[in-house]
Amino acid sequence: MNRYNPTSLAERLALPSRRRFVQGLTLGGIVAGFGLDARAAMAASPAPLVPMLSGSEFDLSIGETPVNITGKRRIGTVVNGSLPAPTLRWRQGDTVTLRVRNTLSTTSSIHWHGMIVPADMDGVPGLSFMGIAPGETYAYRFKVNQSGTYWYHSHSRFQEQTGLYGAIVIEPREQRARVDRDYVVMLSDWSDADPEWLFATLKKQGDYFNFGKPTAGDFLRDARAQGLSGALAGRRMWNEMRMNPSDLADVSGYAYTYLMNGASPAANWTGLFSRGDKVRLRFINGSSMSFFDVRIPGLKMRVVAADGQEVEPVTVDEFRIGNAETFDVIVEPDADRAYTIFAQSMDRSGYARGTLAARAGMSAEVPALDPRPLLTMRDMMGEMDHSTMPGMDHSKMGHGSMPDMKGSEGSCGASMTSTKKGAEGSCGNMPGMAMPAAASPLKMGPTIDMLVATPRTNLDDPGIGLRDNGRRVLTYADLHTPGAPISADPQREIELHLTGHMERYIWSFDGKKFSAAQPLKLKHGEQVRISLINDTMMTHPIHLHGMWSELETPDGAFQVRKHTIVVQPAQKLSYRVNADALGSWAYHCHLLYHMEAGMFRVVEVA
Amino acid sequence: MRIANQILLSVALMAFAFDASAQEQAQTEHAHHPAASKAADKDEMAAQSKKPQQEAADAHAHHHDHVAASPMQTQVDEPITADDHVPPDPAQHPMAPMTDAEMTRAMEMDDTAKLFMFKLDTFERAKSSDAYSTAWNAQAWYGGDFDKLLLRSEGEREHGITDARVEAFWNHAFASFWDWQLGARHDFGSGPSRDWAAFGVQGLAPYWFEIEATAYLGDGGRTALGLRAEYELLLTQRLILQPEFEVNFYGREDRARGIASGLNDAELGLRLRYEVRREFAPYIGVVWKHRREAGDVFPTGVDRAGTERQIVAGLRLWF
Repeated sequence: MNRYNPTSLAERLALPSRRRFVQGLTLGGIVAGFGLDARAAMAASPAPLVPMLSGSEFDLSIGETPVNITGKRRIGTVVNGSLPAPTLRWRQGDTVTLRVRNTLSTTSSIHWHGMIVPADMDGVPGLSFMGIAPGETYAYRFKVNQSGTYWYHSHSRFQEQTGLYGAIVIEPREQRARVDRDYVVMLSDWSDADPEWLFATLKKQGDYFNFGKPTAGDFLRDARAQGLSGALAGRRMWNEMRMNPSDLADVSGYAYTYLMNGASPAANWTGLFSRGDKVRLRFINGSSMSFFDVRIPGLKMRVVAADGQEVEPVTVDEFRIGNAETFDVIVEPDADRAYTIFAQSMDRSGYARGTLAARAGMSAEVPALDPRPLLTMRDMMGEMDHSTMPGMDHSKMGHGSMPDMKGSEGSCGASMTSTKKGAEGSCGNMPGMAMPAAASPLKMGPTIDMLVATPRTNLDDPGIGLRDNGRRVLTYADLHTPGAPISADPQREIELHLTGHMERYIWSFDGKKFSAAQPLKLKHGEQVRISLINDTMMTHPIHLHGMWSELETPDGAFQVRKHTIVVQPAQKLSYRVNADALGSWAYHCHLLYHMEAGMFRVVEVA
Repeated sequence: MRIANQILLSVALMAFAFDASAQEQAQTEHAHHPAASKAADKDEMAAQSKKPQQEAADAHAHHHDHVAASPMQTQVDEPITADDHVPPDPAQHPMAPMTDAEMTRAMEMDDTAKLFMFKLDTFERAKSSDAYSTAWNAQAWYGGDFDKLLLRSEGEREHGITDARVEAFWNHAFASFWDWQLGARHDFGSGPSRDWAAFGVQGLAPYWFEIEATAYLGDGGRTALGLRAEYELLLTQRLILQPEFEVNFYGREDRARGIASGLNDAELGLRLRYEVRREFAPYIGVVWKHRREAGDVFPTGVDRAGTERQIVAGLRLWF
């Protein structure tokens, strides 16, 4: 289907210089800046090592340290000298105290992502507290009622991008099943560039980091394969809407080196196992702007928890992890060999990589990046009658830059079935596509560059680039929280549109940036259903602080409890929220620069 | 360059060797004495949580000894969650009410923050059949998403004659892909200077055409209209062919500045740039210029009227 082989000359020319950047240098991680020469530093620091702290009393010190991930010396934001921040290990039922000292010259903060804590412990400056001023210490103290895998990160400016993120592992009160090994796999994106520059650059040129745009060569290839009219037709809608089908990640491997537990691909973080071990891997996406598609060639992964919450086990080959999501998987390597943990970025511009090895020093083949996918009609228009478009899902046309073209001719009509207008094939006019959707309460405008007339609601779509790839890929339809939901009976529904403008780089809910929006008010004790409609072509991980988001099936039944819900392009999904947490809470897209650009709301529970 | 790369590579390989042996050493221990090393880890963790206020340097040195890849000790299970949810207590120290501005400051998250951008769209040397000339087209803006102060300037120097303008606009985003612009234009260079009030529309039309249309009202009832369209054709991700078309109409002739009434000039350019970085792109191109001419601004013997072809080389630059 929608594949684009990055074989253009420039792409190939770009590789040698980019490769070093993408892979990083092996001596990555913290630079010991205390007079040690490079060799000594290397010998002492085989890979960036993540310390672990456990107990119920913690002293954490936020600071800056020189780091060297790619061969260039940069300043990282660290906790107790470590990037990523130390893994915190708590016990369910304990009350933990965390004294966080800020040694930076600017205000800082720590948010305990996914933890249900009182509002003044949530760590969002301006909502929970005033932040931690330079030189000051803030004492977080709360009871840990939940268990599982969570994480923590700064909620101040771009400190998360420069390294302030770490894992939280909470041992459950009762031990039920045993695993032999237990590893945190923290995925993140590192840039040698100043995040202020990254953000300002996106504002000036939204596609600055996109080096996968369809080119004239792709057009000629398509014209040869599909005829000139086919190639033109395939591009017509994108061109009329001024949308780019290759817009998968705002910041790509051009600026990022993707890390696993702080280690660049070259540094190759390694976890050991003995043959036959049950190994628990706690995947956390602590990146600022990157989705990862994770697999371990040769191993099936049994997903046992999502966002810290137990799910009915489901076995998959691969899963996509959005920013701030966590997945716990169990693998049982039964051979005396190494396995590559491969986490490619959604736009296929790079990968994080580590190894599960039977013995130290072993490594396995690193798979090639998948072909760069292109967004399809489905990602632009949502609901389509699949039965009339067999070509849509199963087309194996491997090369077209405008894939699914055969299907799309039919799809124009099919997509219009809701209005019954376009069925005659008035694809040229495309009523309702380039124009504001009649169904939407929103209007196109400076903050909105597209609206989706008929969003799709199915949860069984693994998302762009993972469809029909021959592997069993996790979808939200596979995730089931056992037991009853916290919100059994939502009384009212709140509908919010995820809106954006790629050219202007504006992101918002309902077309209103945070600065222009009023808080969302919930009554203490009420249960609401929040329906999100994604009117953009990007995938957004939406995080509500303080309260669980309990995802529903398209039919309204309880599906899975999460703290971060990924909404795919042109998708509508609903989740329940029990407004049982008094206070003001942050509600935002967890793509850091989307949040910064306005995709943020305050939820007030009173 | 190649040597530098090789050095980097060998450093990387060397480091990798160190890396591997160090890890092997550390992890073999684990493999052989799992219980012992687990105990060691536990001690270390306890030690760390007891002495957490140590300097960053210490913590750092400390974690060098620690093998990150060592598994956590406890055999952790699938957590139990269904009944785990406990609503949080109310905040003991709720936030005092604050203004939006105070909140924004505390959050360090301001989606109305203003930015500055400078862009030299073209800065080129051109060769026509009989002469060389220099031309520029630049803009700069300062502002937020919806309202900006926009400055534009373009000009050309040929045969010792400079024809240039600078414009200042309030640029306002009014539709998805369109901004309007309200401002003023000042023409300078050879001949008397002229001032205009200006109103324009700029944006991105379907099929990715960048469009700029500006109407001008000058002193003494002068009028003018400028239209411009450009397109980008990606030959590769960095090699970009940019066709551009521009026309200028004037309501009446202005002999002192060599302006003809009606269509005064039209230009079709084809520039091929290579984006070394997005912000830095040298280019070459060919430009066809058609001009009518009124008055006698130019020295005797120079006839600008008619159509000429120029070969251009220049630089596109922004930050």
